[in-house]
Amino acid sequence: MNGPAAPDSKLPQGQTEPQAEVQAESQAVPQAMPQAEAQTPSDTQTQALASEDDQAPREDDASVAIRLEDVALGYGPTIVQQGLSFAIRRSDVFIIMGGSGCGKSTVMRALTGLLAPRQGQVFLQDQSLWEVSEEARTQLLRGVGVMYQSGALWSSMTLEENIALPLEQYTPLSKQQISELAEYKLALVGLAGFGGYYPGQISGGMRKRVGVARAMALDPDILFFDEPSAGLDPLSARRLDDLILELRDSLGTTMVVITHDLDSLFLIGDDAVFLDAETHSMLTTGHPKQLRDHSEIDEVRAFLRRGES
Amino acid sequence: MPTVPLATDDHAPESAPSITLVNRPDSGIALRLAGRWRLDQRIPRLSDLPALIDRGSDDDAKAASQPRELSFETSALIDWDSALVTYVAGVERLCAERNIHVDPSALPEGLRSLLEMASLTAPPDEPEHDRGPSFLARVGLDIADLVRSTGEIMAFFGEGAIAVRHFVAGRARYRRSELWVIIQESGADALPIVSLVSFLVGMILGYIGDQQLAQFGARIYVADLVGLATVIQMGALITGIVLAGRTGAAFAARIGTMQVNEEIDALRTFGIPPMEFLVLPRMVALILMTPLLTLYADLLGILGGAFVGTVVGGVTLTAYLVQTQAAIGWNHIIQGLISATVYGAIVAASGCLRGMQCGRSAAAVGEATTSAVVTAIVFIVIAAAVLTVIFDAIGLSG
Repeated sequence: MNGPAAPDSKLPQGQTEPQAEVQAESQAVPQAMPQAEAQTPSDTQTQALASEDDQAPREDDASVAIRLEDVALGYGPTIVQQGLSFAIRRSDVFIIMGGSGCGKSTVMRALTGLLAPRQGQVFLQDQSLWEVSEEARTQLLRGVGVMYQSGALWSSMTLEENIALPLEQYTPLSKQQISELAEYKLALVGLAGFGGYYPGQISGGMRKRVGVARAMALDPDILFFDEPSAGLDPLSARRLDDLILELRDSLGTTMVVITHDLDSLFLIGDDAVFLDAETHSMLTTGHPKQLRDHSEIDEVRAFLRRGES
Repeated sequence: MPTVPLATDDHAPESAPSITLVNRPDSGIALRLAGRWRLDQRIPRLSDLPALIDRGSDDDAKAASQPRELSFETSALIDWDSALVTYVAGVERLCAERNIHVDPSALPEGLRSLLEMASLTAPPDEPEHDRGPSFLARVGLDIADLVRSTGEIMAFFGEGAIAVRHFVAGRARYRRSELWVIIQESGADALPIVSLVSFLVGMILGYIGDQQLAQFGARIYVADLVGLATVIQMGALITGIVLAGRTGAAFAARIGTMQVNEEIDALRTFGIPPMEFLVLPRMVALILMTPLLTLYADLLGILGGAFVGTVVGGVTLTAYLVQTQAAIGWNHIIQGLISATVYGAIVAASGCLRGMQCGRSAAAVGEATTSAVVTAIVFIVIAAAVLTVIFDAIGLSG
């Protein structure tokens, strides 16, 4: 498990491999790429912020998986976050961080098609998620998998059925094939043989792992994780972090992780956005370690250093 | 040096917490704390302290001037916990009001740091819910709420209509196995309670009818009364209300819990409309099962009436059943079945609607469940009245 996970040395290595995959993907979908390149330079804020890190060269090649333009989010009369503009590069592990109650999960809801923004645009694979037709949105969201905080497994179904359901809905595969696929996804998260269990019969950490397996059911391009380490013991949390990295390295999946677990975000994060609860807006973006060491914003440094400055 | 002990129980053990005021030579006073100051002891009341301070300074010659400084003596203090911390905090508050300086230096060190920690948390600037909104604001908020909930209900029925269209076209995304489970839970499993209630209601109707009709020597017409009342309305109504309490509440709790667990979000992100996956099978199950249960309830209600008619009224069972058969026409049965179908739809819709509207906490699930039952029963009664008028207008009740 600890092979590819040495945090500092793996950054450059880990990112060259997935990029090869991205290029292969872009050949398969040729019309998507020129658009992506045309729009990336116009996103000046990300460009400027990214050039502060040593990752600037990567920005030119890597296309953008998700882009937000001046997004405002809220429920009823309350504004949760506003003025959000950032981009998430393909095959990055992107961290959405911030204190409790700052709206991290709300941002995830907007990116996964559950909450329409008050204002602004969310681009998923260069299509505006909330301006396309509902069918097109469903289609776009098929490329997105979400692991919810508590796993959110459908409790009336076995683990295998949980993973099989999306496959039954969207693939022409036979029952036998689906069952094999479900078993394979369970094995990927280290739970081979648990297919017949119900969510109520397994532990919280296992439920989260099944949540990951289910999120990966349709081989999505983007995976979201809502607080993967919350409520887990240190070892389980670390295993989940390793799982995220291994999946990214082997599949080239873009990972968006919501967390305020510092150990975890320094270990896995390539890029991050910091959301602030006071101003209801983003304070900065950048590599988590760079932000910790060099950020000019006190709140961000304090957060990343656990209050020690 | 006069000491003024605070009134305590004479039979108190040695270790009982007590407080004694000591006048210090330097115009100050000292509180001598003794005994075990623990939460399980009878702690002296703070409200007695001002009198103690006043009395203490009166006794002395320098009565007029208030003491300037208060310190503590803790040599006799055996043990303490939060009881003493809150007491000392109260003393500090009292002294602040009276401009007496408190010198905490003699207190145990742990206690002093606890006091300091507690005083660090500043009270919030202003309590947010100081006063409720004004009358006008409340009316406005209520109306906005009404508009919003009407919109939600409309959206629910709109999505429901689309789901039904998909269902009819055979494209709806739901699991057949789950439909059968729901049919079993809401249909077969409800038989015992439906049996009990409808049999007893049939008996009650029979008793009332028997008492009245006996005065005219027309006891045989109990069969007409019970049979018609049950088949036209009571059977469907009983079934509807039993299902509202049993199945409607279960639907709301189930879907509400899924809402809390983000299971519904998970469905949505996979592009599976919860309307088709969760609501549709429940609607279908109840629309199928309520008429069947109603037929069964009709039968049991008639049997309940027959029990009273034969045992109390002295009519033979054959005569009773023949009379019932003669009284009930197909039109009556159809009225009952139409009503039952409507009630079933109402129960399923209110259960699912309240479940889908459920907030994201355990308390919200409870509210959703209650609200589902209330909504269902209110609308069942309204529908019963409306249907009766309609049946009469189209000549079905003739």
